[in-house]
Amino acid sequence: MTLIDELGAWLADPTHWTGPDGMVTRLLEHVALSGACLGLAIAIALPIGLWIGHTGRGAAGVIRAANIGQALPTLGVIGIVLPLTANIEPYGFDLIPSIVALVALAIPPIVTNTYAGLRQVDPEAVEAGRGMGMRELQLLRLVEVPLALPSVLAGLRISAVQVVATATLAAVLGAGGLGRLIIDGIAQQDDAQLFMGAVLVAILAIATELAFAGLQRIAISPGLRGRVQAARGSAADV
Amino acid sequence: MTTAAPDDRSPVAARGQPSNPPPSTTGAVVELDHVTKRYGPPGSSPAVNELSLTIPAGEVCVLVGPSGCGKTTTMKMINRLVEPTSGRLTIDGRDVMQLSPVDLRRRIGYVIQQVGLFPHMTVGENTGVVPRLLRWPQARIRERVEELLDLVGLEAAAYRDRYPSELSGGERQRVGVARALAADPPVMLMDEPFGAVDPIRRDRLQNEFLRLQSRVRKTIVFVTHDVDEAIKMADRIAILQRGGILAQYDTPDAILSHPANEFVERFVGADRGLKRLSLARVRDLELIRPVLVTAGTDRTDARRELQASAVDFALLADEHGRPLGWIRATDVDGQGPIDPERATPGASLIEPETTLRDALSAMLASSVQLGAVVDEDERVVGLISVDQISEVLQSGNLPGKTDATG
Repeated sequence: MTLIDELGAWLADPTHWTGPDGMVTRLLEHVALSGACLGLAIAIALPIGLWIGHTGRGAAGVIRAANIGQALPTLGVIGIVLPLTANIEPYGFDLIPSIVALVALAIPPIVTNTYAGLRQVDPEAVEAGRGMGMRELQLLRLVEVPLALPSVLAGLRISAVQVVATATLAAVLGAGGLGRLIIDGIAQQDDAQLFMGAVLVAILAIATELAFAGLQRIAISPGLRGRVQAARGSAADV
Repeated sequence: MTTAAPDDRSPVAARGQPSNPPPSTTGAVVELDHVTKRYGPPGSSPAVNELSLTIPAGEVCVLVGPSGCGKTTTMKMINRLVEPTSGRLTIDGRDVMQLSPVDLRRRIGYVIQQVGLFPHMTVGENTGVVPRLLRWPQARIRERVEELLDLVGLEAAAYRDRYPSELSGGERQRVGVARALAADPPVMLMDEPFGAVDPIRRDRLQNEFLRLQSRVRKTIVFVTHDVDEAIKMADRIAILQRGGILAQYDTPDAILSHPANEFVERFVGADRGLKRLSLARVRDLELIRPVLVTAGTDRTDARRELQASAVDFALLADEHGRPLGWIRATDVDGQGPIDPERATPGASLIEPETTLRDALSAMLASSVQLGAVVDEDERVVGLISVDQISEVLQSGNLPGKTDATG
């Protein structure tokens, strides 16, 4: 049987779509896990990035830590966390290690890009804002963040795509998600299931990428568009 | 906000119907009393040293001096972007240190170097920033923005929704001024506001700004390193020397005619006499009546008019009265209509607000030593000549000096 035939047969089975272990369930699990991890990462990383970017305080240490964090292998983090949380009920074994690893994966790009974005804001604009009577938070909200938004959103985009792709690993410990299709596919020597798992992960990652590209288009002021294009161009060159 | 009213203007002006001519707050007295700023430890050399200045309400005070003289530091102490080390700063008698920096700054217009417009905000949003901080209702902000853009000569409908990146340097400058005026502050701080525009536009913007100031009558603290700009813009000039020491504080005319010490003398330059020409404006001169011709004018008529006139050139204008070039008296002999091809193109266009000094340079730079004085629509209202200005220079009496100082 060719892969095509296998796929046809596999996809013809409705339980593979909507069953308790079907693609829809796995996709939703994957989206939920990725979304939760990204949300947690944003909640942690964004304030840190904004703080060090706005004040410049503690930046060197935080950025160094973020760079190290970026180098950590996700599976390694899972391996470290697992023994520590394995006995915590109910999610200590299957969910918490994956969440910790994915959040750790997502934090560094958000912190570094938020920081870099704020640092690049024209100091004249900040001084103008302060001189016009903006409080520090207003300065951040009305001037610094909008101007840093291209970089901030680029950081979110990198994190989101990485989390979606890497969340596949969560299935190893039983956290579900599209990784389950891959693992089960390997275990059951079911190439069609394995293939569909991989394809769905790829599609979801691309969809995430596109969603953030759309968000950037909507959220970034048209007044910055020239710069945004320049930034995109240089990013593409790298 | 502690002084909570969204509108901190004088009680009379406050909450007036916004539809009528804008109630405008005129200037407040700004006073510096032995103000010192030291960035280093006590005993280190100060950036500003025991500076005392009284800036009368509604006047333009220009702080000028070489770099490192503390002029920008001095200005920034007024809105507390820099905190004084000692001394007292008051605005209309109120100690600025008693006010919260945020409230203080919202009541002081601020135009910074390179304008500092927010690139992510439209012209309208930029202009409305301070009203927004003061939580004015949307409708009132909108109205105010329209009024301000109009005031600085930008048509609201065309400009409101554009971004700074779509504007020329001069337009950005005007938006910067509109933004600073938004909450109708009694005091404005301007830090080299015209530094980013080319010299020709700068002259225009300066003139425009002076025209605007004659209407709004704010107290303006203006920082520049350019003596000529200082002379042109100031009611009073404070010349600072290194270490933030006040060398002289006086009217431009007094500084040019009686420099207080050698530093001032060197700083204002050897061409003080010529510089004094910056203190009088073309409108102070008696304009020469022009002989205006168009492409269709009969040469006989032009000849007759030129003979009766004090000048040797007729001014060729288009149908709207805008000058095109000069026609020499010798080019109108014979019969028939005037040949526009024979005109010397490029008459110097001079605004009534142009200083005599700039007018002189413009005329000397052109082949015909006359200038066409034009109104805002570039229509000719009269002529001036190089001779008129050299007469002023020789006599030492500046025309119109009495009403310029009020």
